[in-house]
Amino acid sequence: MTQDTTVRVPVTVTVNGTEYTAEVPPRRTLVDFIRYDLGLTGTKEACSVGVCGICTVEMGGVIVSSCILLAVQASGSQITTIEGVADGEKLHPLQEAFMNYGGFQCGICTPGQIMASRALLEQNPDPTEDEIKDWMMGNLCRCTGYYKIIESIQKAGEVIRLGN
Amino acid sequence: MRDFQFHTPSTLAEAHSLLSDYGEEARVISGGTGLINMMKQDLIYVDHLVSLQNIDGLNYIRSTGEGLQIGGRTTQQEVATSGVVHENNPLLTETYGEVATVRVRNAATVGGGVAHGDPAQDPPPTLLVLDASVHAASKDGERTVKVRDGWFVDYYTTGVEEGEIVTGITVPAAPANAKTTYIKFLPRTADDYPTVAVSALGVVDGGVVTDVRVGLGAVNSTAVLAESVAGVLVGKEPTADLVREAAETVRDLCAPTPDFRGSAEYKTDMAVVFTRRALTRVLGLE
Ligand SMILES: Cc1cc2nc3c(=O)[nH]c(=O)nc-3n(C[C@@H](O)[C@H](O)[C@H](O)COP(=O)(O)OP(=O)(O)OC[C@H]3O[C@@H](n4cnc5c(N)ncnc54)[C@H](O)[C@@H]3O)c2cc1C
Ligand code: FES
Ligand code: FES
Repeated sequence: MTQDTTVRVPVTVTVNGTEYTAEVPPRRTLVDFIRYDLGLTGTKEACSVGVCGICTVEMGGVIVSSCILLAVQASGSQITTIEGVADGEKLHPLQEAFMNYGGFQCGICTPGQIMASRALLEQNPDPTEDEIKDWMMGNLCRCTGYYKIIESIQKAGEVIRLGN
Repeated sequence: MRDFQFHTPSTLAEAHSLLSDYGEEARVISGGTGLINMMKQDLIYVDHLVSLQNIDGLNYIRSTGEGLQIGGRTTQQEVATSGVVHENNPLLTETYGEVATVRVRNAATVGGGVAHGDPAQDPPPTLLVLDASVHAASKDGERTVKVRDGWFVDYYTTGVEEGEIVTGITVPAAPANAKTTYIKFLPRTADDYPTVAVSALGVVDGGVVTDVRVGLGAVNSTAVLAESVAGVLVGKEPTADLVREAAETVRDLCAPTPDFRGSAEYKTDMAVVFTRRALTRVLGLE
């Protein structure tokens, strides 16, 4: 038996308004920290190299790939994950729209799609189709063919513009 | 990924002393978008990561008499969306806006971008065209290096020396009457690295070309400035034939790595084609 000599360091983050601290090795990625140390498994991981967008979370007010960030890099920051998007029982307009307009099929990419499009609608609630494509180009989906995702985002934008 | 220690100094002086204590075993981490993927794939091993995340004063965009000064910790998305940058230097806005995706640009920094040295990165050809300088600080002080003076050395090798931290860059404005363009050839997907990239600037005054510059990405072991183009065009009235002749000269600068984006021959041909298109645009022949 080799001894576990891994050094652990405390990481404190505020996720969806709740402060968490856990001791982790510095090599722990943020996505693993969120899923395994905090137990918030809504955030998924697929490519692990920053390409697919599935692990998208909001950190310090902007979206990032949690698979190519270390948990220690996030220390002290405010994070929002898919679990923090609904307002209690009331779903976010994007969550409603993805359900109503076929924005997902298998659903694996959906947490990332919602986190990315939420950041878009926060700064531009009335994006054109091209603006949506440009912003969302890093969020891959193997099921929907994208058009229904675009439509869902547009419909959610309408709801947001009307004040929910 | 192997184990390492992670340091978060709160001043540059502390960061420098950590870098000098650990020497070769240490590495700077900024956004981590380049470094973490390389560590995950065991392409590099690091015992000590010295993070810039808690050091204040490295995130800024300022317009000065010498041009734009941009901090090493300023994110690439901040550059792409800055009003000051767009007003002073639209070629920078266009170029940084082409880097990967919003998500990656939000983490990747300007300092990391000039220190990384991937020949397919977007900013380097434009920084060569605009004659930018890099500010690198060590415990002995700060030096300023023009990117044209050999900053981009080889694959994943740049002018950053052991113990140095890129604190920022200075980018002179393009001449007032210049036209500029950045063309990223993306035959695969919109979020890819370029198959080839061309950054160009042109000034036509009194009917003749007075300034023309072309930077190329992804065609060699580093980004390159195609000085031969000016030799063909400067002092002459721009025509389609001259542009074709000038574009043809970049062929000699190309020694691209064949990969899934294309063979060396294909990439070289595309570098010529996109140089021609970029020149056509910046010399007002469209
Ligand atoms: C999926 C994906 C796609 C991408 N696509 C593109 C693309 O199309 N075009 C493009 O241009 N880029 C692209 N990038 C970004 C890539 O160019 C680099 O990852 C990025 O520029 C590095 O910036 P960083 O701040 O994250 O640096 P880090 O990853 O932190 O560091 C990169 C290197 O620079 C060194 N370093 C960092 N900061 C400093 C400093 N201040 N002083 C001294 N040394 C330093 C590090 O030691 C390391 O060697 C992509 C990245 C990903 C993950
Ligand atoms: S898992 Fe992070 S981008 Fe694909
Ligand atoms: S819904 Fe299946 S991958 Fe997008």
